[in-house]
Amino acid sequence: MSAALAAAVTPGAPASADRLSHLKRLEAESIHIFRETVAEAENPVMLYSIGKDSSVLLHLALKAFAPGTLPFPLLHVDTTWKFREMIAFRDARVKELGLDLLVHTNPDGLARGVGPVSHGSEVHTDVMKTQALRQALDKYKFDAAFGGARRDEEASRAKERIISLRTAQHRWDPKRQRAEPWHLYNLKKKRGESLRVFPLSNWTELDIWLYIEQEKIPIVPLYFAAERPVVERDGQLILVDDDRLPLEPGEVPQQRLVRFRTLGCYPLTGAVESDAATLPEIVGETLAARTSERQGRVIDKDGAGSMERKKQEGYF
Amino acid sequence: MTVHQDPTAFSDRAATYQAFLAAHQTKAVLRFIACGSVDDGKSTLIGRLLHDTKQIFDDQISALQRDSRRHGTQGQEIDLALLVDGLQAEREQGITIDVAYRFFSTDKRSFIVADTPGHEQYTRNMATGASTADVAVILVDARQGLIRQTRRHALLVSMLGIRRVVLAVNKMDLVGWSQDKFDAIRAGFADFARELNFAEVKAIPLSAKNGDNVVEPGIAAPWYTGGTLLDYLETVPVHAEALNAPFRMAIQWVNRPNSEFRGYSGRIASGRVRPGDAITIQPSGRTSTVARIYTADGDLPEAGEDESVTLVLADQIDASRGQVIAASSAPLRITEQFEARLFWAAETELAPGASLLAKIGTATVNATVERIVSRIDPETGNPGPAERLAANDIADVSLRLDRPVAVDAYADNRETGSLILIDRETTDTAALGLVLAPKGEAAPAASAAPSDEKAPGLLGRLGRLLGR
Repeated sequence: MSAALAAAVTPGAPASADRLSHLKRLEAESIHIFRETVAEAENPVMLYSIGKDSSVLLHLALKAFAPGTLPFPLLHVDTTWKFREMIAFRDARVKELGLDLLVHTNPDGLARGVGPVSHGSEVHTDVMKTQALRQALDKYKFDAAFGGARRDEEASRAKERIISLRTAQHRWDPKRQRAEPWHLYNLKKKRGESLRVFPLSNWTELDIWLYIEQEKIPIVPLYFAAERPVVERDGQLILVDDDRLPLEPGEVPQQRLVRFRTLGCYPLTGAVESDAATLPEIVGETLAARTSERQGRVIDKDGAGSMERKKQEGYF
Repeated sequence: MTVHQDPTAFSDRAATYQAFLAAHQTKAVLRFIACGSVDDGKSTLIGRLLHDTKQIFDDQISALQRDSRRHGTQGQEIDLALLVDGLQAEREQGITIDVAYRFFSTDKRSFIVADTPGHEQYTRNMATGASTADVAVILVDARQGLIRQTRRHALLVSMLGIRRVVLAVNKMDLVGWSQDKFDAIRAGFADFARELNFAEVKAIPLSAKNGDNVVEPGIAAPWYTGGTLLDYLETVPVHAEALNAPFRMAIQWVNRPNSEFRGYSGRIASGRVRPGDAITIQPSGRTSTVARIYTADGDLPEAGEDESVTLVLADQIDASRGQVIAASSAPLRITEQFEARLFWAAETELAPGASLLAKIGTATVNATVERIVSRIDPETGNPGPAERLAANDIADVSLRLDRPVAVDAYADNRETGSLILIDRETTDTAALGLVLAPKGEAAPAASAAPSDEKAPGLLGRLGRLLGR
């Protein structure tokens, strides 16, 4: 770690006092996107996935409309397989901030008992996330949905617009994207079509962490290193979060010092071994990281171009 | 497994972190656009920048090795272009088909790169990438020299207001690092670019594939001592031209949570504002003074370009989304008819009389294309007659709006002088537009000799002395 950090702090050109800092500029851009969308959309919603990016997104939204309250509800698509600590955190935040939270679970998937262990990650993600999201957007007739995706996360996201059009069937067409020059966002759409809006498009993982620290934004404790019971499968460290994770013969959960770089459905989200228990330590580790953030997500490995395909099918 | 932390190591770590945080928070951002033709090696160059500034992770390298065997064009070697050719469709065709944004940072700056495709039918993507860029990196294949595309790219970035250009002469390894070849390309470009109003053209011989003169100096060309591409990007002035623009903020949203508070939210397009400043709401013309600069973090004593704020005015006046709050001393032009340079992006043709929506700042109005004044030759910039416009045409047109709006000339202000046209039926963005200065008006100061950060123009220095 020290080499990367040392390289990063070599004194550079002195910054002039009147220049907006990098984080302040990102914050201002995100707030602008929130306000444009709320001004032009009829029925916006914010997708709240409880992760660190959602925490930053929520913080920015609150800033954008202060001293007023949020002019839209939050929507959590609950696959029923989220870490228990995520749900506890979600409920605590909603109560503390007095937020309007909608929770949607695919009733059909629930009835069929679809889950990542029994059906595999592809089917689970399709039924409990992609289809569930489409159901919820249709049910409440939302025409614009804020999400916390960033362009640095994954190759196909790097090419997606900040305001991204979806067909009435929620499909993304990468070959029919609108030009997005200057800060002029086109939020028009035909009846039935909807928008996905990504205010964090130009943030990197490091920006997110630095901003969380600077603004003291609460995040789920799973991001910090602690001794947790995990099993090792296909090179991934999976947390035994409840008794729905069947153990292989002879498999015994081990207490290891781990943390999570991303959060999702617990059987699909690998932990990393780490002793980073504070934000500065996480930033240090992020700087020195030799594996990218989404590596802990099983779904990105379902095949080459898998995220692009999922997005075309309506995954966020 | 328990890690016992050495207390001295920990405090070192905390101190180093604090230093890093401070550096990152004050670091400037440089946005640049990379443009080139098919096979100029643009994606490879960006991949090289990411790779050599250590932005690429181990798992990405192993994915790259796997992909290089499947889709790569470099034989057994790693194909760095695959780092940035994100969409599966692109990998299959081996070309970049859309604008992608890439991020990297060094100890001196953070960078946002717009990676734009070079083939002719994608003019709009390049205009999009250029619209927010401070610098353009124009790639040339050393074997081919300047081609029609090079001229088009240079002309386009000039039109979009970019003042600093890197001429990246790539694939120098394939011409034996010939200084004569490089000098001929540089001279040819300088000749062509004389008309383009660039403040600086920096020519750099490099090899993106081998990494020479990108991040690391190239040892193969001892005759070149002008620094690497990264050296230039780390030191070129950012936002040098916009420092003295007058205050403008388009109202995005009126924030009225209760009867006690009424604020106008927006992102400052240019200039600075302080409580007590005299402002004019445009186009209505109502005047007031700024009472408070509200933000969620508390009131500010002053705010400037790119900041998102909420202004509270001293008077209860009527103002709404679509209007602009401007310094009373330097208001915008109010007009419902003006000429604009369009980059036509739609697949359908544009004919005179066409009716579209125009989004200008936060105002959306009905616009009619009264007349196509001239089509601009994309290579020479010369105007010529045109009856209709097709996809990727560049043309000057006369627009009539159904109500007046407040605008600046694009040459004076990129944010308040730009617009998009939206097709009513498809709702797609049909054109990017630049507001042209009214005919007969003197050339605006911003397009005259550029001021430099270190040597501000007389007006700039005067402005600072007067505390503006």
